[in-house]
Amino acid sequence: MFEPSARRWQGPSGRSRVGTSRPSLAVDRIRCDGRGYCAELLPEMVRLDDWGYPIVSSDPVPDHLLDHARRAVATCPLLAIRLAEGGRSR
Amino acid sequence: MTSQWLWYTTRGAGVISLVLLSAVVCLGLLTRLRVRGEGWPGFLTAAVHQDLALVALVFLGLHIVTAVVDPFTSLGIVAATVPFGSSYHTVWLGLGTLSFELGLAVGLTSLARRVIGVRLWRLVHWLAYACWPLAVVHAVGTGTDGHSTWLLGITIVCCGAVLTCLAWRLVAAPPDPLAQLRPGRLMAGGGR
Amino acid sequence: MSAASLLDGPDLRFEAEPVTSHLARLGPSLLSGAALIDALDQGDLRGRGGAGFPVGKKWRSVAGRPGPRVVIANGAEGEPLSFKDRLLMQTRPHLVLDGATLAAHAVDADQIVLYIGREHSAAVDAMLHAVAERPPRERRRFQLSSAPVAYVSGEETAAVQFVNRGVALPTSVPPRPFEAGVRGRPTLVQNVESLAAAALIARRGGAWYRSSGTLLVTVTGAVARPGVIETRLGTSVAEVVDRAGGPPGAIQALLLGGYFGGWVAADDAWDLPLDPERLRTTGRSLGCGVVSPLPFDRCGVTETARIVGYLTGQSARQCGPCVFGLGAIAATLRRIAIGLSHPDDLARLDRWSAELPGRGACRHPDGAAGLVRSALRVFADDFAHHSDRRGCTATSPVAVGAV
Repeated sequence: MFEPSARRWQGPSGRSRVGTSRPSLAVDRIRCDGRGYCAELLPEMVRLDDWGYPIVSSDPVPDHLLDHARRAVATCPLLAIRLAEGGRSR
Repeated sequence: MTSQWLWYTTRGAGVISLVLLSAVVCLGLLTRLRVRGEGWPGFLTAAVHQDLALVALVFLGLHIVTAVVDPFTSLGIVAATVPFGSSYHTVWLGLGTLSFELGLAVGLTSLARRVIGVRLWRLVHWLAYACWPLAVVHAVGTGTDGHSTWLLGITIVCCGAVLTCLAWRLVAAPPDPLAQLRPGRLMAGGGR
Repeated sequence: MSAASLLDGPDLRFEAEPVTSHLARLGPSLLSGAALIDALDQGDLRGRGGAGFPVGKKWRSVAGRPGPRVVIANGAEGEPLSFKDRLLMQTRPHLVLDGATLAAHAVDADQIVLYIGREHSAAVDAMLHAVAERPPRERRRFQLSSAPVAYVSGEETAAVQFVNRGVALPTSVPPRPFEAGVRGRPTLVQNVESLAAAALIARRGGAWYRSSGTLLVTVTGAVARPGVIETRLGTSVAEVVDRAGGPPGAIQALLLGGYFGGWVAADDAWDLPLDPERLRTTGRSLGCGVVSPLPFDRCGVTETARIVGYLTGQSARQCGPCVFGLGAIAATLRRIAIGLSHPDDLARLDRWSAELPGRGACRHPDGAAGLVRSALRVFADDFAHHSDRRGCTATSPVAVGAV
């Protein structure tokens, strides 16, 4: 079973970044219409439920996925997903 | 000499612009249809649509610049920017200018989508349905290639592709899954 | 022994207490502004609308934002089992208005919106009457806003959107109301009972509330005298059910916190303290303070199916996971309740309800998912029974109703 919060990436150097505020993904649930580009571009952190709507990991985006995350955010035609500084995603 | 190359470039870039623009419209319609398959993820249709649109604008820019700069043509900046402002083939050229400006509006609002918001972006994007046919009419009506076989052939293929995608969209486009159920959504706008 | 405090004063059957009686009985507020906010912190007053957020912290967050601010007194009691807010507004409107005025002063707001359900006409009348009894400079700041009664109308962003554009539906956050709400201004959305409690703290202090504070609980369902009961914080569930006349027979479970809360097995429930923080540490939620016993002649599966069907219909229908996820859960529960379950149904319910929280613009799907998960735990035997199509054990079945 997919458990996004159970997989914590440490980064290429093997050390996890502690203390810096890393961005996390946040979805505007009203704008989202379940077309799923975000899940295609960032499967490590986004998967789709039975109806095509995203289930997004609330963990901070690890460094090696940041570019992919930015691309996923930019590709959403409805601007329904964004990178937020810290905090939890809704 | 230079004038001849400029003239070839104008025509060539113009044709390429038309083909690219047609592809962009097709991809836009396919995006709406949520086309995806094994090895072709959904975002790719949308991404290629966006990327090709930029390429089309580049070729369109080349087409316009070479036409204006060419000393053989009497076209000036006015012809390129004011629809129906040219004395040469006023109508056909004017439609091209109009098409260009509509396309520019669509392109610029898309680049600035994050700033202007989805609603305004979507509103302007509808102009694409005017931009493309104007480009086709301009291509066929203006210039010396207007009635040549190869250009007509290309135009027919482009029209065929766009009209097929359009028909498909009108018949089979999946409606927004929540639209009918959501009386408040049209009024609720969500956070910006 | 009753511990009337919010409901102190004239007989509740005589409707609203007039301002003269109110002032004579309670005297003027002694604390205001920053001192009052400190007292709210000291008393650890929690919001009584359902979320249980610390009230002092909330006031401080609004006061800390720049610009003119707004207070919304939230009396839109959308939870169908709850009656306490209406009772408070109908019988002690001046206590609520005091709280609202004190809040407005503490956060420096020049506008107070009384947000009351349109169909709750008795409460609306009482509050408007009470506003007319206030001094003129105070009267000017009040404004009535009446939303259609619906489950999500009382959600704070829905309240803000209703005041702004007449649509009582939640909006995406950010921005939260305390950042930008009514007309873009920092807005304090506070439940009317919380405001009333604040008005008492302004007279008796935070330490008093810590030791003698009360809360309102609506006891409904299988009890002899259903109604609103005021009781000291920390009172046991057993005691309030007793004061409501007690159940007619054996109880299998209780619904705690309303439809937004959850089921608790009777044996586990009786000793639970009715205190938001202490309940939270046991993994439950006080919510809006509804306590509803379920007797053995009813079926927990059918009840849950009925409630979730209602909640699905009350969805704002703005977010896919709520519309489809909650819808699928409701349809599955209904099938299980009427004896037509499929082998995968329980597993699907478990998965869907686990995937639902946090995926809507508001907490509506979270509440429903919480209810479903508590039902799967508390009524596990009944679910197994229904799932194997061995029929329903209820002797007085209730129609599940349309989804």
